[in-house]
Amino acid sequence: MSVGLTHYLVVSLLLFCLGLFGVLVRRNLLVMFMSLELMLNAANLALVAFARYHHNLSGQIMVFFIITVAAAEVAVGLALIVALYRQRRTAHVEDLASLRL
Amino acid sequence: MLLAFLGSLILWARDATGEPAVTWLALGTGTGGLQIELGLKLDPLSRLMLLVVTGVGSAIHIYSWGYLHADRNRGRYFAGLSLFTFAMLGIVLANNFLMLFIFWELVGVSSYLLIGFWFARPAAAEAAKKAFLTNRLGDFGFLLGIILVWAALGTLSFTELEARLADDPAALGAAASVAGLLIFCGAMGKSAQFPLHVWLPDAMEGPTPVSALIHAATMVAAGVYMLCRVFFVLAVPGSVALELIAWIGGVTALLAALLAVQQNDIKRILAYSTLSQLGYMVLAVGVSGASRDPSVAMYHLTTHAGFKALLFLGAGSVIHALHHEQDIWKMGGLSRRLPITFWTFLLATLALCGVPPLSGFYSKDAIIARTLESGHHGLFALATLVAALTTFYMFRLVFVAFTGPAKSQAADHARESPPVMTLPLLALAVPSVLAGFWGIHRVYGAQYGAEPAAAGSWAQQLVEPFAHAPLAAGAGLAAALMGWLGAWAWYRAALQDPLPARFATVARWLRDRLYFDELYERLIGWTQESLARLADGVDRWVIMGVAVKGTHGTFELLGRLLRLAQTGNLQTYAFVLVAGVALLLFLVMAR
Repeated sequence: MSVGLTHYLVVSLLLFCLGLFGVLVRRNLLVMFMSLELMLNAANLALVAFARYHHNLSGQIMVFFIITVAAAEVAVGLALIVALYRQRRTAHVEDLASLRL
Repeated sequence: MLLAFLGSLILWARDATGEPAVTWLALGTGTGGLQIELGLKLDPLSRLMLLVVTGVGSAIHIYSWGYLHADRNRGRYFAGLSLFTFAMLGIVLANNFLMLFIFWELVGVSSYLLIGFWFARPAAAEAAKKAFLTNRLGDFGFLLGIILVWAALGTLSFTELEARLADDPAALGAAASVAGLLIFCGAMGKSAQFPLHVWLPDAMEGPTPVSALIHAATMVAAGVYMLCRVFFVLAVPGSVALELIAWIGGVTALLAALLAVQQNDIKRILAYSTLSQLGYMVLAVGVSGASRDPSVAMYHLTTHAGFKALLFLGAGSVIHALHHEQDIWKMGGLSRRLPITFWTFLLATLALCGVPPLSGFYSKDAIIARTLESGHHGLFALATLVAALTTFYMFRLVFVAFTGPAKSQAADHARESPPVMTLPLLALAVPSVLAGFWGIHRVYGAQYGAEPAAAGSWAQQLVEPFAHAPLAAGAGLAAALMGWLGAWAWYRAALQDPLPARFATVARWLRDRLYFDELYERLIGWTQESLARLADGVDRWVIMGVAVKGTHGTFELLGRLLRLAQTGNLQTYAFVLVAGVALLLFLVMAR
């Protein structure tokens, strides 16, 4: 059995759902953040697979952009989480509900 | 003022007529537009009325100089008096409805100012307000009437209106009665006809010369003058306005004469007497429909202006001499102390009572005769009764105030007024006595197209009423005699009023003016109260409840609902976001 586009896409989908699941159910901000990265990488995988099977490089170029943006986002996001932790002594989302009336 | 009088005399002598007019405002164009002209109208009617206004006005201006010589606010007083004279002359000379209305209002304002001249006295301030408001009520109807006439005929000029109605008597159509009555509303307010008569007796709070000029001789006569001026509108065939006017006049005359019987304030007696005589004039206008000639009303107006002004000035002289004592039961014996005042007052009283050969006899007789001629027998009886009552209350006043023993210290030490006050009295006594011979009714008759009857000799004029309508003249004289006998029997030497002892209830009712003021107070109070309650309810429930609270409540509820969505939980938001994306994807893909 040869590995086709569908397999890649299924893996990508599984990864994405795992990430989404992590974001929705894990209570730790750090873990939620990592799950978010997982979702981005699932998208990357799908893009690379499409680029390979359509012989079109623009998908791979998009992946580079996503990795760059994700790196920047990780830097900002981690900095925010660290700052938040220093302020509140917690990284648990349920304790961070001060926006509620 | 004297110059104005001389000017009027010159106009009179030169028999001037004419109607100079300038267009003042033109609203709209063509036939539908409103052309407002500022013009004067000189005809026999306005010329004679000019004489009345300026003549009586001059006498009263001079008299006021003496009456108010100690008042600090004399400047304000004469300003008001002059404003009044200006406005009154405006009414007399106006050649269209709008101008008439403007000056009409001006007269109301000056009357307000002068009644309230002693505004520090609450009674005077109240009376001024009452007079103004009652007048406004009438003027509202008047304005509606004017608008109605304009809407129907498209012009406000008297000359054009008359011409148009002469061409086509049915031009006003069904609106004729309504228009006539609405216009009469104005006269009803100004001439204090029932049921708007309540302001005039209260208006006596003003200075006495003001009462003489405004509330006896000229302003209250403006209503009658106006009715005569626009008689062609009232006398349109098929209109019931005149019939109603006659009855309102008659009722006013009777009512006021009855009320005058039990008043004790010298000025109030005269005020009710004025009301009663105004009722006569309005009655005269009302019964003149058949002959299309209300000149008898103007005739009585003219003579009445003379002798009633004289009466008021005489009363003012008495009040002045007694240091502002107005109760007739605190006077007495004044005929010896104030001889000039007494004799002129007596002459005016006789004229008012209709004793020949004084002026009042001729004009009053003309009205009674006209009532009889026009077939209004009920009104004829009423007018005769009023004549008897008139004599009764006037001689009650004369007997109590001027004869018998002095009933108070002040009356015992009264001194005759200075010449500046007695001279106008003497001057006004002349027309009171002689106006019957001047052929005034013929002058007015000319206005309404009556053929000028040849003026007979003095002797013929003297007995003319008897020859013309013996029944009316006889009835009038008999009534006057009866009234005099009644007054003589009861009040010749009375120290206090005998009537309340004999007819307690009736006397009390009459003294309290048949409770009209109380009735109006209740009625107006009640209406206002209910209106206020309604407005309050609307404000409280509709505006406050539905509009304000409803809006605020709706948004508050929405806000509370939306707040439930804001849990503050990051993952709930994330879930909602994902669910939203999934929903969108589903919707897009499902196509």
